[in-house]
Amino acid sequence: MTLSSEYAEYSTGEPVVDTKAPAGPVHERWDKRRFEAKLVNPANRRKHTVIVVGTGLAGGSAGATLAEQGYHVVQFCYQDSPRRAHSIAAQGGINAAKNYRNDGDSVHRLFYDTVKGGDFRARESNVHRLAQISVEIIDQCVAQGVPFAREYGGLLDTRSFGGVQVSRTFYARGQTGQQLLLGAYQALSRQVAAGNIELHPRTEMLDLVIVDGKARGIVARDLVTGKIDTYFADAVVLASGGYGNVFYLSTNAMNSNATAIWRAHRRGAYFANPCFTQIHPTCIPRTGDHQSKLTLMSESLRNDGRIWVPKAKGDDRPANEIPEDERDYYLERIYPSFGNLVPRDIASRAAKNVCDEGRGVGPGGQGVYLDFADAIQRMGRKAVEAKYGNLFDMYQRITDEDPYQVPMRIYPAVHYTMGGLWVDYDLSTTIPGLFAIGEANFSDHGANRLGASALMQGLADGYFVLPATINDYLAKHPHEEEVTAEHPATVEVVRETEERLTRLLAVDGDRTPDSFHRELGELMWEFCGMARTEQGLRKALDRIPQIREEFWRRIKVPGTGEEFNQSLEKANRIVDYIELAELMCLDALHRAESCGGHFREESQTPDGEAARQDEEFSYAAAWEFTGTGASPVLHKEDLVFEYVHPTQRSYA
Amino acid sequence: MTRTIWDSSLGKKTVMAVSGIVMLLYLVAHMIGNLKIFFGPEEINHYAHWLRTMGGPVLHYEWALWLVRIVLVVAVVAHATSAYQLSRRDIRARPSKYVHKKPSASYATRTMRWGGIILGLFIVWHILDLTTGTVHPGGYEHLHPYQNIIDTFSTWYGNVIYIVAVVALGFHVQHGFWSAAQTLGVGSRSRDRVLKTVGTALAVLLTLGFVAVPVGVMTGLVS
Amino acid sequence: MKLTLRVWRQKNADAEGAMSTYEVDGISQDMSFLEMLDTLNEELIVKGEDPVAFDHDCREGICGACSLVINGDAHGPERTTTCQLHMRSFQDGDTIDIEPWRASAFPVIKDLVVDRTAFDRIIQAGGYITAPTGAAPEAHSTPVPKPDADFAFEHAECIGCGACVAACPNGAAMLFTSAKINHLNVLPQGAPERETRVLDMVAQMDDEGFGGCTLTGECATACPKGIPLFSITSMNKEWLRANRKVAR
Repeated sequence: MTLSSEYAEYSTGEPVVDTKAPAGPVHERWDKRRFEAKLVNPANRRKHTVIVVGTGLAGGSAGATLAEQGYHVVQFCYQDSPRRAHSIAAQGGINAAKNYRNDGDSVHRLFYDTVKGGDFRARESNVHRLAQISVEIIDQCVAQGVPFAREYGGLLDTRSFGGVQVSRTFYARGQTGQQLLLGAYQALSRQVAAGNIELHPRTEMLDLVIVDGKARGIVARDLVTGKIDTYFADAVVLASGGYGNVFYLSTNAMNSNATAIWRAHRRGAYFANPCFTQIHPTCIPRTGDHQSKLTLMSESLRNDGRIWVPKAKGDDRPANEIPEDERDYYLERIYPSFGNLVPRDIASRAAKNVCDEGRGVGPGGQGVYLDFADAIQRMGRKAVEAKYGNLFDMYQRITDEDPYQVPMRIYPAVHYTMGGLWVDYDLSTTIPGLFAIGEANFSDHGANRLGASALMQGLADGYFVLPATINDYLAKHPHEEEVTAEHPATVEVVRETEERLTRLLAVDGDRTPDSFHRELGELMWEFCGMARTEQGLRKALDRIPQIREEFWRRIKVPGTGEEFNQSLEKANRIVDYIELAELMCLDALHRAESCGGHFREESQTPDGEAARQDEEFSYAAAWEFTGTGASPVLHKEDLVFEYVHPTQRSYA
Repeated sequence: MTRTIWDSSLGKKTVMAVSGIVMLLYLVAHMIGNLKIFFGPEEINHYAHWLRTMGGPVLHYEWALWLVRIVLVVAVVAHATSAYQLSRRDIRARPSKYVHKKPSASYATRTMRWGGIILGLFIVWHILDLTTGTVHPGGYEHLHPYQNIIDTFSTWYGNVIYIVAVVALGFHVQHGFWSAAQTLGVGSRSRDRVLKTVGTALAVLLTLGFVAVPVGVMTGLVS
Repeated sequence: MKLTLRVWRQKNADAEGAMSTYEVDGISQDMSFLEMLDTLNEELIVKGEDPVAFDHDCREGICGACSLVINGDAHGPERTTTCQLHMRSFQDGDTIDIEPWRASAFPVIKDLVVDRTAFDRIIQAGGYITAPTGAAPEAHSTPVPKPDADFAFEHAECIGCGACVAACPNGAAMLFTSAKINHLNVLPQGAPERETRVLDMVAQMDDEGFGGCTLTGECATACPKGIPLFSITSMNKEWLRANRKVAR
């Protein structure tokens, strides 16, 4: 058994450098890169196969676009249909610098807001490209028939969203993610019908095949038959989403998992900023130990709802009986200019603080009120219903409380992971031929993601960035030797995969996969959640190897590997969560500063705000795997800010 | 991919809707004609004669009537064939039933299927009884519907068969009319009340109109 | 709460299935229906029995993965998805029957899990607008009247769960198919493929072995997203229109 002290003794390796990022004025870099990139002759594209893992916004849009360009795409999803990827659950909207409102928005402002919102831990080049592409995304989606909200004149409606003061968020009621995903899914379906995409639903990637240092294929399990198969390609694209499920309770889908990216990491891809996790401020509080996941309420609710707690500790009167002057609208009080619209990390931490003070509401004091009484009085119930009706219904269905009558109760929950596989400007990982897009990579959000930016990034990567940059790689590696299932590299990976599954089935212990997942999640939430300390993180790092040891001693997976076996799927994912959790804690421990979603209690301003330590930590931390439980090697990528100069974020 | 309308389930539904409406129109006329019995033998027997001379002098004796008969036979066959084929498709699409039964689910379907079968059998009997006279209970006399009708409805089974069939017709028309409107794409949220009301009104009107005859005979109003 | 569950167990697609009875205790009113099944499965695993397989993912009512027929109702007694159904809709001591979607176009994979790829093939047949990436005109170049946009949205809400098929006594996929056709056909962007879309999707729907519509309305009653029955009427209209246009 490895001791945490050993694991925490990481070493620092060579800095990692983004060799693809062009120099020059920031607004010309994307054009420059696209011009410099080599192209693949359209006639030759058919000869290239690209594997895409995942069918969410990033994977779906990438698969469709690559197929449209003429590549042969082999695409995977663990769900029964590509349409079910968890992007579908995004509610609020998608940002774009269209400036349709004439309210002072611009590409540069979206760029500025995103760099600042990310607390100066993102790359300027990437973020600027994202802002540029944002406008094209809206055009693309409208052309596909995405039913965005419209005004009576027939033009697109927008709204404002957390952390910004312009109205640049396009939306489709509370189901923007669903509509965008269905758009990508439909584009994907068109290519499936055209024979350009070979689709494998209910198939989960379990490992990566590397031949001569290049990503050349994957090992995947058919979840229906249990058959382990190998698939080969000229490049592999991971679009498998984030790793928020390490926390067990999160707003992620139950089966969202980190296996694809973690297996790639184990094979040599650096993992960047794993501790940058986003805790979303407006989720429905948990009701008991049976809770299997948390449900998010769109943060658009903060546009009209007012957040408050009682002024007095332990005030357990019903909300409606607490008079106005005994309420503390704490966000409006502390941040008068942004009020209830402060960025997510700030809103979440503020909620935690008031609850820690003993002023939380609801069961266990783990909640704050989100009150629509004023909005209903100001706009009328009808208008509130039109804007938020489906969210109110969802809240009522889950809690059995009527939010038109009593204020909603909300509490922060793990929602998004800014960290992920390290990628360069071309979205290529440190393994040649392996690309990571969407939430699976780390690139654009720094230490905190702004609301309505995840959809933007997923689609930017999939529709526009990857299809432009992958050409360069494929053009430079035109005639790769064909890999087969008999290749020694393949045989070895398959053997390891089968061994792992066999071992899981063989333990035959007395604890369920979920019980381990829950235990790990609680540990992570306590020590690597909204607020982190050195002491807590060290405690977690001590505990995780013990969980791993106990897992391999006591796990019970019924059934066999040659059938539809959901327990086996789950147990196999937990193996990776345990390792990833360890790296997250180490990353959080090493980054002795507070920034964005990463709040170290040791590093705060006198009034309790996150204090960055730019001299020491203005870099992205890319970790190199060295073995299970063995301390990893840190590679730093220095972040240079030429356009948006780091300042202490202020939303007051 | 060239498919004919008949190859499509929606096409067969369209055939059902159109043939159904043709039969419905006929039934309205038939029902109105039947009511002539309340005005005495002269009136209805004369009407029976007119049916054969209508369209004249352009059309020869009974030509128009045969034309109507052909249209009706085509409609019945088309309606029944598509109903049969669609039902087979429906049953194939749901081979195993739920263990937990929910009766309401198939009410409309059952009404239409069993109602349709009842009506099909009825038509055969009805023609053998009052058109060809093959199974007529009294001495069938061509072109004397007044007495023929009284003969039929003087038997208990004549009344039972007829009334059961007419009630089945009522249900069939009530769902069928609205259904046909949906199939032909004329239904909508705003028009739904009107369509449902018209369907129900037609069903009630036809049921009452047709039932009036046996009731008239039974009560002695027609004798 | 203490409950008796009668659950459809079927080892795989080729095996015979049957209802098995289980008792669960200590169920909280605040649990979702799937969390109640999680509780059962945790007990089964510890006992060394095979847990009940069921599809689920987002547990927020939007991905459309969950698919249980509960006491004869697709998604159970409330108008929502199974994952958003809570145990407060049941009484202590209840016996609950849990079955998979049943339709020949949705063969059972295991227990309560069915194969719904037929839906994907219907979409592949024409449930899209051909708009290759990068070829899109400026978003505001084509205004869409708000009523049309709202109509499109109302139909675009379909989550593809298949409850309509499960509830239909004929195993028909009319509501699913019509929802997508209506979403795309009402939009100006969808106009160029308006006829081929409806003809091809309906043909694919037939080929998949779904039943026909007898307008029982069960689909619309079961639909967790409230896709209206008139959706089917509009599709019929589109189909007839397309046939007329193509014939010309």
